[in-house]
Amino acid sequence: MAGNDTIYYREGLPVPETPGADADPEQWKKTDVVGKPLPRVDGYERVSGTAQYPSDIVLPGMLYAAILRCPHPHARVLSVDTAKAEKMEGVRAVLSGSSEEANGIQWKYNDQTVPLFDPHCRFEGEAVAAVAADSWYQASDAIRSIAVEYEVLPFVVDHEKALQNDAAKVGGEDNLISEDTYSRGNTNRGFADAHMVFERNYTTSCELHTPLELHGCVASWDRDRLTVWESSQGVYGVQSRIAEALGIPLSKIRVANHYMGGGFGSKLWPGKYTLISVLLAKISARPVKMLLSREETYLCVGNRPASSMQLKAGVKKDGTITALEFGCTGPSGAYPAGGAQLVDWLIRDLYLCDNVSTSSKDVLINAGPARPFRAPGHPQGAWALEQMIDEMAVNIGMDPLEFRLRNIPEASQARGGKPYTKTGLRQCLEKGAEEFGWKQSLQRVREFNENHNHTRRGIGLGSCLWIAGDGGPPSTVIIKLYRDGSINLNMGASDIGTGTKTVMAQVAAEELGVQPSVIQIEYADTATTQFATPSGGSKTVPTEAPTVRSAAIALKRELLKMAAEELEADVTDLVYQGEWISIRGKGEKLKVAEIKGLQKRGEVIGVGYRGPNIDDKVINPFAAQFCEIEVNMRTGEVKILRFLGAHDSGRVLNRATYDSQVYGGIVMGIGFAFTEFRKLDSRQTGKLCNKNWHDYKLPTAMDVPLQTVSLPIEIDDPEANNTGAKGLGEPVTIPTAPALANALYMATGIRFTRAPVMPMDIIHQLSTQHEG
Amino acid sequence: MHTHAPARGFYWLEGLQHAGALNRGRGRQFYLGGSMSTDREEREEFTGYSRRGFMQFIGVSAGVVGTTLLSQPLLRDLQAAQGVSVMSDASATRILLRVNSRQYDLLVEPRWSLLYVLREIIGLAGTKIGCDRGECGACTVLIDDIPRYSCMTLAVEAENAEITTVEGLMKGEELGDVQSAFVEEDAFQCGYCTSGQIMAVEGMLRKTPSPEPEEIQKGCSGNLCRCGAYQNIFAAAEKASRHKK
Repeated sequence: MAGNDTIYYREGLPVPETPGADADPEQWKKTDVVGKPLPRVDGYERVSGTAQYPSDIVLPGMLYAAILRCPHPHARVLSVDTAKAEKMEGVRAVLSGSSEEANGIQWKYNDQTVPLFDPHCRFEGEAVAAVAADSWYQASDAIRSIAVEYEVLPFVVDHEKALQNDAAKVGGEDNLISEDTYSRGNTNRGFADAHMVFERNYTTSCELHTPLELHGCVASWDRDRLTVWESSQGVYGVQSRIAEALGIPLSKIRVANHYMGGGFGSKLWPGKYTLISVLLAKISARPVKMLLSREETYLCVGNRPASSMQLKAGVKKDGTITALEFGCTGPSGAYPAGGAQLVDWLIRDLYLCDNVSTSSKDVLINAGPARPFRAPGHPQGAWALEQMIDEMAVNIGMDPLEFRLRNIPEASQARGGKPYTKTGLRQCLEKGAEEFGWKQSLQRVREFNENHNHTRRGIGLGSCLWIAGDGGPPSTVIIKLYRDGSINLNMGASDIGTGTKTVMAQVAAEELGVQPSVIQIEYADTATTQFATPSGGSKTVPTEAPTVRSAAIALKRELLKMAAEELEADVTDLVYQGEWISIRGKGEKLKVAEIKGLQKRGEVIGVGYRGPNIDDKVINPFAAQFCEIEVNMRTGEVKILRFLGAHDSGRVLNRATYDSQVYGGIVMGIGFAFTEFRKLDSRQTGKLCNKNWHDYKLPTAMDVPLQTVSLPIEIDDPEANNTGAKGLGEPVTIPTAPALANALYMATGIRFTRAPVMPMDIIHQLSTQHEG
Repeated sequence: MHTHAPARGFYWLEGLQHAGALNRGRGRQFYLGGSMSTDREEREEFTGYSRRGFMQFIGVSAGVVGTTLLSQPLLRDLQAAQGVSVMSDASATRILLRVNSRQYDLLVEPRWSLLYVLREIIGLAGTKIGCDRGECGACTVLIDDIPRYSCMTLAVEAENAEITTVEGLMKGEELGDVQSAFVEEDAFQCGYCTSGQIMAVEGMLRKTPSPEPEEIQKGCSGNLCRCGAYQNIFAAAEKASRHKK
């Protein structure tokens, strides 16, 4: 399972394959628009309040929906009494397992199909009943009036206990749902060859996506035609899930979502709440708005699973890594969801090592199922591997930067030695270290620590790759030239806040030689745009940008054909230069917007398809991050002084949105390292104790460094795709946490192996060290 | 440290000014009333409703949110439908809210939050809902120039105060200083926390026109940004303080 790099699409329904792109064009050499820090094309809407997010929609006659959820981690619903709710003021529709409308409707938790209202509730927060009422307040009153009788069942919420023989069973016979292994070479021989062998356990906590916009949608029927506005990372995924569940044709379902308030993987597909809204809208014959509460989003719309990892590593004094042996256990939650998926990938692939073996156990527990979360598996694996790399380097007396530089592969060892199209890992490390002042900082920090007792400083680094970030088919984009020379770009992909629209406008403008301001974008609407896979997995730019460029090229080709006719010239003699088409070597030229064919037709379109990736090479982004921290040795508080992210994601398409991704990924990584953990009451109730932002702490303005530097490592990568751009959104958050842990080690001399590391852990360890 | 801020007047700023202006006015049909409207266009929209007719509307609409200005046939249908009841005077309270220099005459349940009334009743959806429990700040508005969480403020508490939402910072179709600075510094990704961040910065600058970096950091600390745009938000706040002078 760990080798599966298609997790961001092809789940559920098969997707269409678009035809291949035409012969790939040359890479751009000098660019006029691409790469520039163009302000977002939708910046105005996002700051003025005019951007309409799904949660903002208010339709005439619209009702508000709420869901009653199982309060137990494991229970069987014996009866649901909705009589009181049905009579309450403002209530217009009630739905439960016994409703006719819910009869036969099924939901898919990945591969496992269950009834929409399954009496066997396997996690706290499973849907039991729902209502739609005139006001939000009435809806929440009404669900509280529903009486449910539960048979409370034994539960297990700790993934290590779940593997014990006497543990409660979540679903079927066994809580262990898969155990994947991988090996190459011979680790026993590798450890025998090593001068030193290290072994350590690491854990990371369950992290919750908690995007600012709540999960939800507005559903509205026009008899047999359904429109859904869903806060989603991809409208086509929502459309196909509804079609599949309700058995209605895709053409009858329109899903639109122009703005959405963050997803990070949790909105790659819809939820049960989507189907429930659609059914409530059908029953009430009214539009229905469903917004989950913040507490609900902690329970049932995904997470990054916790992990328990063991890593054993052998090393020679010259810095050769002789063997890596890795084991990890991760919980999917109550249904299979890849609980340990990709956790071992960096161990397999990031550094040169001939002898590697890994084992990954995926476990069921009575808690909400996982969903992909920004770079699934990678931050967990990096937490172990990057700390171990640091430990080995320290012990053989080598600079950890130097140690990494000695172990850079040019090929993907985990994919049978397929070469990377390009790997910028070396440049990320070298140029990043230079910009950060790694060597000088080592010296400075040493001197600082010699002169300070109360505070200590440390610098740390971590590096990574991301298994995907290559993009791929299918994608179809249409660019339309109107007869006044203005342009419409039509694509199905969502802009989830990463700047997709802005970047695509730049790509089209670059290829067509026009100002980005003449381009208007239609996007993320199944009724009016072209099929696209959800935006996620750092695949949006490398999937859509080449497709946009292909569409622009197709448009130009069409226009050149028309111009050749009009100028009575051979098409191969024509040159396309922005607003003009001219005959090579002659003064004769024609204004594009005045081409007769265009004027007669009213518009000309170019269709672009995303072609397949290169077969015999691997396209991955790479990164290295550096940080400096100061630890208060009496309180355990950590102040992050500065951060630097050096990222090779190929060509930079927009420097401003690129930098924002780097800053944002680092902030999320800081949360993973220092503040975020889901706390389940494993002993008494099995319930989630911290289902809000007060008790589950995200990094705030006070927790982030005032100095974060983004250093793009731009390497020409023509084999990646026709724009040379690779994905960025995932790698930016992978090495952050271990870089901080390595800095903590330098400051304190202690390896903090359990994430998140809180001030009390630091104090506890420091006092233990002091006493010991 | 690298800086990517484009100089003003660069060609790629073109077109920014007009984008999206067409979306303005969304939700206007859901106002309960605009009795002291200062906006000619909106006043026109509300002429044609007699006072008596208007009161009938609010009678229904306190219970039936979002259906206030339905056409007559739809309204009849609505009243005929099962389960509809006109809210009694005892459970609804009439209040006057002053939002963005306009007065709104509203009938609300005493438990309705200011956030709910702004978004779902008045139709000012620029103010966002992130947690509805006073943790994230997405719903920040200014109440008498002070940033407050509108989810933690009851609508009935907000009477006799000047409420400013993100829409209230606009000068017609032009962005206010803080809003422009947020665009120029790319101080957001998904944009959902942004109006709250903007209001927090606006409130801070009204109190502290020339903040130190630490004051900016503190001023933004009541507003969560899951995309992690804090660094650019600080830069935008700093830039806005210069714009405002």
